[in-house]
Amino acid sequence: MSKKHHLAMNVNGDDYEFLCETHQSLLDVLRDELMLTGTKEGCATGDCGACSVTLDGRLACSCLVLAVECEGAKIGTIEGMARGDVLHPLQRNFLELNGLQCGICTPGILIAARSLLERNPDPSETEIRYWLAGNLCRCTGYDKIIRSVQAAAKEMRGA
Amino acid sequence: MSELRYEAPASLKAAAALLAKEKGLAKILAGGTDVIVQMETDLIEPELLVDIKKIAVLRKITAEKGGFRIGAAVSGMEMMEHAALCKSWPGVLDGVKLIGSIQVKARATVAGNLCNGSPAADSVPPMITAGAVARIVGPKKTREVPVEEIPLSPGKTNLAKGEIIESFFLPKRPKNSGDAYERFTPRTEMDIAVVGVAINLTLDADGVCTAARVCLGAVAPTVIVSKECAAALVGTKVDQAALDKLAAAASAACRPIDDKRGTIEFRTKVAGVLARRVAVKALERARRIA
Repeated sequence: MSKKHHLAMNVNGDDYEFLCETHQSLLDVLRDELMLTGTKEGCATGDCGACSVTLDGRLACSCLVLAVECEGAKIGTIEGMARGDVLHPLQRNFLELNGLQCGICTPGILIAARSLLERNPDPSETEIRYWLAGNLCRCTGYDKIIRSVQAAAKEMRGA
Repeated sequence: MSELRYEAPASLKAAAALLAKEKGLAKILAGGTDVIVQMETDLIEPELLVDIKKIAVLRKITAEKGGFRIGAAVSGMEMMEHAALCKSWPGVLDGVKLIGSIQVKARATVAGNLCNGSPAADSVPPMITAGAVARIVGPKKTREVPVEEIPLSPGKTNLAKGEIIESFFLPKRPKNSGDAYERFTPRTEMDIAVVGVAINLTLDADGVCTAARVCLGAVAPTVIVSKECAAALVGTKVDQAALDKLAAAASAACRPIDDKRGTIEFRTKVAGVLARRVAVKALERARRIA
């Protein structure tokens, strides 16, 4: 029986304490220990972005971070995006403009897009495409994702 | 399988001591974007991870002697957000910006890119042409080593057991200097360089190149610093004749392998094409950055 680490972190504004082993990624802990299964596992090697979260305000792949590195960290996941029953403008525009099909990549893309719009409320199409280059989608062909982000950005700017 | 242990010491001395006394495989954990992938894919099975991100001095970019000292645990995104560094060393930042996605750059470090030992690492050629010097702390002594002396072969560096890169020093820029890095990849993002070229040059008041450093990536077992390429530029106004000489020297310097990403013939040709392009970009920047 290997030694477990006793850790604390804040996820979407809620404080959590949990036990984990050294090899467990932040993604493993979110899904298997905290039961926050909105964050998806795709490749587990940092290529696909399905597991994107914010870690102390920065966009990161939760599969490329060990949970032990996150003591005291503030994590943002898809579960913290809607306010109760009110969807975030990104979520609503993805639904209205068909920015998703199977949906596996969607939580990661929404987190990545929110992170972009926090830094740059009026990104060009090229800026959106480069920012989302680390988020793969095998269904949409990306165009509808880009349109959804553009529409949400416009709405959030009040334009 | 033996148990994987994790330590996050608060000082460099403690980190070096932990690495030095470990009998099994010990890995330094900074961004983790290579180490965690290698663990996940069973390429390595370390017994100890030493997280260096709790060591405050490793997390900072500071001004020093008119240049910059970049801590080994500074992420790519932190470098990209440092306005003065970006202005002074745009070519170094060309390389940093090409390391993986935004997600990867939020974690990945230049020290990790170097110590991973890939000849295709994007930040290594421009760090070399910038004349970056690594400060390496070991259990017994600290040494200062130019970045080009660190890679030995794919996956191997000249760091001894217990040694850690503390920081890199990027020197003060002479007037009229510019640097640039470009790579060839089939895709524009999220890909590995088939060929990479970095050039750093300085002009005099008449626009004549007085100093140049040229480094080629992904065309040999390690990155190549080419004196012949530099010699093609020095003493010229980086005109067409100089660029022709540079391109020929770059192609001649290549000792590439054939693999699925590029043939020997292709890599050799592209090294010349890229060298020409990168020289023009560095020249434009040298003229702009007074």
